Amino acid sequence: MLKIVSPIMRIVEIPMLALQRKLGINRLAWAFLLPNLILFGLFAFLPVILNVFYAVTGGDNVLLADRPNVGVRNFASLLDCSNHFDPNSCREDKFWRAVWNTAWFVTLQVGFMVGFALLTALILNRDIRARGFFRSVFFFPVLLSPVVVALIWKWILQREGVLNAFLDWTGIGGINWLVDAQWAFTWSVFISVWAHMGFYTLILLAGLQAIPRDVYDAALMDRASAWRTFRKITLPLLAPTMLVVLVLALIKGVQTFDEIYAFTGGGPGTATTFIIQYIYERGFAGAPRLFGLAAAASLLVAGVLVVLTLLQLRVSKENADG
Amino acid sequence: MAKVISFLTATRGKGRLHWTDWVSYGYLCLGIFLMFGPVVWLVLSSFKTPNELDRFPPRFLPYAQETLEIEGYDSPLLAFVVTEGELAGQTVGQTRRAAGRAEVVVPANPSERIRLQADTLDPIEHIAFATENYTQLFERFNFLRFFWNSTFITVTATILMLLFNSMAAFALSKYEFRGRTTVLLMVIGTLMVPQTVVLVPLFLIVTELGMFNSLWGVIIPGAATPTGVFLLRQYMITIPDEILDAARMDKASEWKIFWRIILPLSAPAIAVLAILAIMWRWNDFLWPLIVLTRTENFTLQLALNSFQGELQTDWPSLLAMTVLTLLPIAAVFAFLQKYIATGIASTGGK
Amino acid sequence: MKYSHLMTTAFAAGLGVAASAVAAQEIRFMCYSDGNECEVYDDLLTQFEAQNPGVDVIVDVVPYQAILENLPVQLAAGTGPDLAKVTDLGGLNEYYLDLSSHINTDYWDASFGDTLDWYRVGDRQGYYGLHTQLTITGPFVNATLFEQAGVEMPGDGATWEDWAAAARAVTDATDADFPMAMDRSGHRVAGPAISYGAKYFDADGVGSFEGFDAFAEAFVGWNEDGTMARDVWASQGGSTYADAAQEFINGEVVFYYSGSWQVGRMDEQVGDFFDWQVVGSPCGPAGACSGMPGGAGVVGFEQTEHPEVVAAVIDFLAQEEIYAEAAARTRNLPAHLGVAAAGVEFQDASPAAQAALNGFAGDLPNVSPIAFAYQGYAGNRAMFGITVERLSQAIVGELSVSDAMARAAEDLKTALAEAN
Repeated sequence: MLKIVSPIMRIVEIPMLALQRKLGINRLAWAFLLPNLILFGLFAFLPVILNVFYAVTGGDNVLLADRPNVGVRNFASLLDCSNHFDPNSCREDKFWRAVWNTAWFVTLQVGFMVGFALLTALILNRDIRARGFFRSVFFFPVLLSPVVVALIWKWILQREGVLNAFLDWTGIGGINWLVDAQWAFTWSVFISVWAHMGFYTLILLAGLQAIPRDVYDAALMDRASAWRTFRKITLPLLAPTMLVVLVLALIKGVQTFDEIYAFTGGGPGTATTFIIQYIYERGFAGAPRLFGLAAAASLLVAGVLVVLTLLQLRVSKENADG
Repeated sequence: MAKVISFLTATRGKGRLHWTDWVSYGYLCLGIFLMFGPVVWLVLSSFKTPNELDRFPPRFLPYAQETLEIEGYDSPLLAFVVTEGELAGQTVGQTRRAAGRAEVVVPANPSERIRLQADTLDPIEHIAFATENYTQLFERFNFLRFFWNSTFITVTATILMLLFNSMAAFALSKYEFRGRTTVLLMVIGTLMVPQTVVLVPLFLIVTELGMFNSLWGVIIPGAATPTGVFLLRQYMITIPDEILDAARMDKASEWKIFWRIILPLSAPAIAVLAILAIMWRWNDFLWPLIVLTRTENFTLQLALNSFQGELQTDWPSLLAMTVLTLLPIAAVFAFLQKYIATGIASTGGK
Repeated sequence: MKYSHLMTTAFAAGLGVAASAVAAQEIRFMCYSDGNECEVYDDLLTQFEAQNPGVDVIVDVVPYQAILENLPVQLAAGTGPDLAKVTDLGGLNEYYLDLSSHINTDYWDASFGDTLDWYRVGDRQGYYGLHTQLTITGPFVNATLFEQAGVEMPGDGATWEDWAAAARAVTDATDADFPMAMDRSGHRVAGPAISYGAKYFDADGVGSFEGFDAFAEAFVGWNEDGTMARDVWASQGGSTYADAAQEFINGEVVFYYSGSWQVGRMDEQVGDFFDWQVVGSPCGPAGACSGMPGGAGVVGFEQTEHPEVVAAVIDFLAQEEIYAEAAARTRNLPAHLGVAAAGVEFQDASPAAQAALNGFAGDLPNVSPIAFAYQGYAGNRAMFGITVERLSQAIVGELSVSDAMARAAEDLKTALAEAN
């Protein structure tokens, strides 16, 4: 492997060195950033900019040139509510149902997921046998595609699924999981935690292992209780990793779509319809395709996410300073 | 057996098991059940016939009903055991069934047809893995072609992504330059916009660039992910600057510092990202579905979903194909997983 | 031949060159399968390739989702295939290739009659689509359960209420779980809704949900009192499709409203577990006893570089003996009047399946003209989706029936306003 890579890297070094002489060390950063920035520009920013154009135009044409300008009408109809807490009073009731579902979902999902990921990471960080094996066990579901995750759980939870067969057998009696709004929502949270927990566990585990052993030894000398050690040493030292986990988990949580869409289709009714599904159905899967409305909704979501992330970073900074 | 016991009695230090050890192992075993159980169920289901799949209550293992070759009948008859009446306990072959009544024959006396209530018949079954679910796949389409496409996309996109993302992360973590915060905010900004909501503009751009119906149309847009840059940057920040300064003293070029020092030190994070990248590209569905429309360009995920029609889904093939697509990624993981383990352990202390 | 060609294009694609037409006349046919349709077309088209040297028709089998969601975007961007099997018959009209100058229109008129209209919109009144897969909705009944319960099966002309009462009586007397079930689809409810008085069009021929309320009330009521298997509609969201075939196959449903495409599956999977049969769509208070016709067809696109070849391919599939063979092998009802009149000997079909398919074909004359018009209406996909979403919300109790219908009317108004 290295035999192939080394010569290539050495060839790249020639122009990079020339650039370094010309630009100086710190401005060379742009050379390192360039490939990524080109790709980001083309495939991440340009689409968002185009989305802004879609958001201020109407009709169901795909090509921007054929779309009439409607100003902020799409935003206005999304936000048109007499009471924002009651979706039934809104013009785009489905948008607001999705917004509130997502808010609940993210709160529960991020909470449970980060909690369990931390617990699992702490246990895996202990001196246990077969640690590598157990680590893979918890990471394994992360490898499954969202469609497969949904398929597996649908297969298990459907009315004639294996879980109900088991409950019938024990005498408890089956429950129609996916027809009851509360149960469907609960299972959506569960499945989402199940599928993504491993990723965050791994990041937290890496963070835990980066905490130097001697800090713990000192605590042991002081006869600090396990709980106190955890609160006073582990948590503060884990804070930077925790921040990465929380930021990513929150953003990914709000963007939950594929697996739940394939799992419940957003049902029963709209009980598990989340915001990205709303955008997808409005702008892509539904008929007619209301690209404008979908684009406007996507910009609103991105805006909210930016605010939330900045808040998180701010809070963590204050904690670190104070 | 001794191994199992010693495994179960492992402790954090010496001596007896602390109660926290019991809790830990209990938790981990529950974890095995919860994380693997559903997948085992999927694998077993993929070996079932359509009838067996639709059956309730479902059974753990796949079964098939025994048949009897009886003289005078062209095709084998389904075998049953009679549970009540004169013939109780005898094996019979069923000739026809209608409205709760069945017509059966005893193998010893093929000419006499006996009428019975259908619920007095118990089917005779044996475990049978419906391997035809798998073999059909290879007959029906060019499995190797799809496998190659998926592999090509995954490998190329992963290499590009790891290289570009680590370069960007290096720049964002180890250089002081004007505009750094702006770029960082832009990276985090793109994290806010999932591909699903920009499918249409993205599609138009890719088409304009002439990458429609080309594997590169899947590879290139997938090579820049904000998550990768973000993860790597957070990791690289923890690499002490002194190492870089020492290398600069030795007149190492910046590029050399990048690939001789930063890359090896970031190995654990890169390994994690590699697993993620491989998984993302391998499992990608929505985007390839819109960019690739020709059979010769199809990936495994697209072929897998072509079993879903408007009105009918071919479950046995779908499940079998799902299991097949899982195998390579499980293998890759098994390989890289060790690497993460050693990576974290050796660089753990920074 | 085909294989080596495959290799060259794939190689070109691998090198990053957008695969341009390598063969002089390469035709791309985007197809999706509910059963074996694409395989059968591919096989039949080898005959066409033999008759037309230099033409290579490649059948790309894609997931149905690609046809429904991605094909329209690709067509808008000018990157569509040459021909495709589609279900949004009127909705894609603006992209269709008019075949009239390449085909014998008299033969087409005489053979396909009304179904040609499904592909026509407004002033585009040419010859666009070959309806390959004609379907009609209708009920499957578990005759064995009726016999066990000793309940007489309602006869011809029975109403939905008659069937609901009979099915409930059967469920009470046997260990079946649900009296009735209906697929979760706006298309499936259309027939019954018309029988209950839904007009689907206003005076100007524009889509409307006028008169739909009566059926909505009845349907939501059946879901509440347990007459309908509530799972089917309530366990999904959005406009996702769901069927109840599994429940019917397991003998849990007495009366299952689906359609002709399920015959093959019933035939294979029910086997001798119980007797099933197909009956005509029940009648409603509005007097109609309508099912809903539907299906898929093959169309060519104006963007193609080889319009005459595309037309020739479609015309080839439209020829009586080829069409009859395709219908027999795919076990689909023929939309070709000549083939239908001659009768189709469906391949590998048991007597029960043959009877069921004939039963469905026999119900076609009862289809209301509204249902026929609705199937060809360009806005029907939007209307199907709205029906499913809003009815489901009423069923799970998020909205009252009247609120749901008001929302549906509102949704349709927005949709129609944006689509123009």
